[in-house]
Amino acid sequence: MNAITAEGLVKTFGSGEKAVKAVGGVDLVVPEGTVVGLLGPNGAGKTTTVRMLTTLLAPDAGRAVVAGHDVAREPQAVRSKIGLSGQYAAVDENLTGRENLWLFGRLYQLSSKEASKRAAELLDQFNLADAADRTLKTYSGGMRRRLDLAGSLIVHPQVLFLDEPTTGLDPGSRLDLWDVIRERVAEGATILLTTQYLEEADALADNIVVIDHGVIIAQGTADQLKAQIGGERIEVIVHDAGSLDRAEQVLNLGSGGQCVRDDHVRKLTVPTHTGSKGLIQVIRDLDEAQVAIDDIALRRPTLDDVFVKLTGRHAEGATQAETTQEKAS
Amino acid sequence: MTTEAAPLTTAPNRVGFSQAFSDAMTITWRNIRSGWRVPDNQIYMFIQPIMFVLLFAYVFGGAIPVPGMEDDPDAFRKYVMAGIFAQTMAFAVAPASVGLADDIQKGLIDRFRSLPMARSAVISGRVVADLTNQAIVLAIMIVCGLLVGWRIEDGVLRFLGGVGLLLLFAFAMLWVGALIGLSVGSPQVAASAGLIWLFPVTFLSNAFIPTTTLPGWLQPVADWNPLSAFVAATRDLFGNPNVFATDGFPAQHPVLLSLIWVVVITGIFAPLAVRKYKKTASK
Repeated sequence: MNAITAEGLVKTFGSGEKAVKAVGGVDLVVPEGTVVGLLGPNGAGKTTTVRMLTTLLAPDAGRAVVAGHDVAREPQAVRSKIGLSGQYAAVDENLTGRENLWLFGRLYQLSSKEASKRAAELLDQFNLADAADRTLKTYSGGMRRRLDLAGSLIVHPQVLFLDEPTTGLDPGSRLDLWDVIRERVAEGATILLTTQYLEEADALADNIVVIDHGVIIAQGTADQLKAQIGGERIEVIVHDAGSLDRAEQVLNLGSGGQCVRDDHVRKLTVPTHTGSKGLIQVIRDLDEAQVAIDDIALRRPTLDDVFVKLTGRHAEGATQAETTQEKAS
Repeated sequence: MTTEAAPLTTAPNRVGFSQAFSDAMTITWRNIRSGWRVPDNQIYMFIQPIMFVLLFAYVFGGAIPVPGMEDDPDAFRKYVMAGIFAQTMAFAVAPASVGLADDIQKGLIDRFRSLPMARSAVISGRVVADLTNQAIVLAIMIVCGLLVGWRIEDGVLRFLGGVGLLLLFAFAMLWVGALIGLSVGSPQVAASAGLIWLFPVTFLSNAFIPTTTLPGWLQPVADWNPLSAFVAATRDLFGNPNVFATDGFPAQHPVLLSLIWVVVITGIFAPLAVRKYKKTASK
């Protein structure tokens, strides 16, 4: 059974000449117990899509069924079966962690006693028990996000929506949050996750939907998307430009003439099907030909490569590591 | 988390009155609890009222004569107290507007709207919480007033009537604050937009001065100022001295006029605020 089915969702903001089509016909199917990553740059329509699926925003056209209920006709039923954790940690910073969770529990219509019990369980589970009775003002960014996420899990939601759950977090906190999300996945939760971080979708999602300018431009597993742009390749940067010709000859010999040359950065790229064995062979060949190299790497395609291929530009949220790698290569 | 059955609600698509009430109480609890932990609010609630009473009682007390009571050294204190009470009730605009603007900016309203709760509770919980706070502020000011020589002179029933009228005024002004808070983008703007226009309104009234001291053309303006109606009605019910520059309807029927203002202000601003809330929330 599908936890989320959306057909032709459209949302336009403004009217007349100023109208902006934030979402222009999105179809989405998320089977129960799977994680789908909605990937796209800022302004791609990810948040608008989530807001429609979580009943916060009425679509202009199309329909969506979440956890068995139509979002337009039975919004209250949908709300009682979903959890939403937004882009900003939407919690009351003057209340303690425990008070925040109790508040959300009450608004999910739990009794006061049930809400207290659930708050205590979640604080334990999210390693916030020590900070439970401090106001959120004293929490770090990562702790706030964890509490926010805990608030969306009060009623064991059938479908969990995480809108950019790690945006703005430091790398350590991000990895912590990934672990928390993975635990939910292991328990069989259905999750729709939006992110601008390519590695985040890669790390957490079974299926990835790439969205840009309000429309879906690609979808599939991370491997399927990467396969669209080919497999692994070896990149070599030679020490001096004078040895480029010799190195190119060597690499063409080994790969059947598939070497790509970039004089500007003294870089040669060659596809490989043998992974690290191929890398070792290339190093041996170049050494034998007495080509000095500055850098050599086995490069796997990233989702950023997919994004560039699909849209002709980099995803704005490409992480520092990837960006640096792009510059270096 | 295990696979244990969660205590899920039965989820009708329209919430009943009892749920709307219980959700409103939950949000009220949150607003009061959270609000009291903000230093600004503590100053507003506990320091400012005492300061106003003391300032007006002792700084202006001897400087402004109340017509007809030249012999009573406590005349101005008896006169001005109702004005300070009413002004403070009008300032209910501020907490309502800042509270709602803050919740919008921090994404809390969105969070609430994704929960299976009564949507009306966001606004009703705000109004009930702020009204409760205003009642506490009023109680503090009444005690301070009694300490500096102001007196309740017409019996308990009429006194309670006056308190009730002041709280009705605060209730009406809360809706003005709600509309401002929902309309402006940030709590900082809400704080100034909520209060700046109130200063001329309070000073161009009978709150702090007998309107007879104003230039002739300003006298009817001050007498017809809605705030003046509440101040005059409160003085009337507390048995405090009342002074009018013009002998029109405001002087004749201050209590009736105040009640009309409550209906008019609430009647205009409550529907506007609710409409704005629905619109803001669906962006």
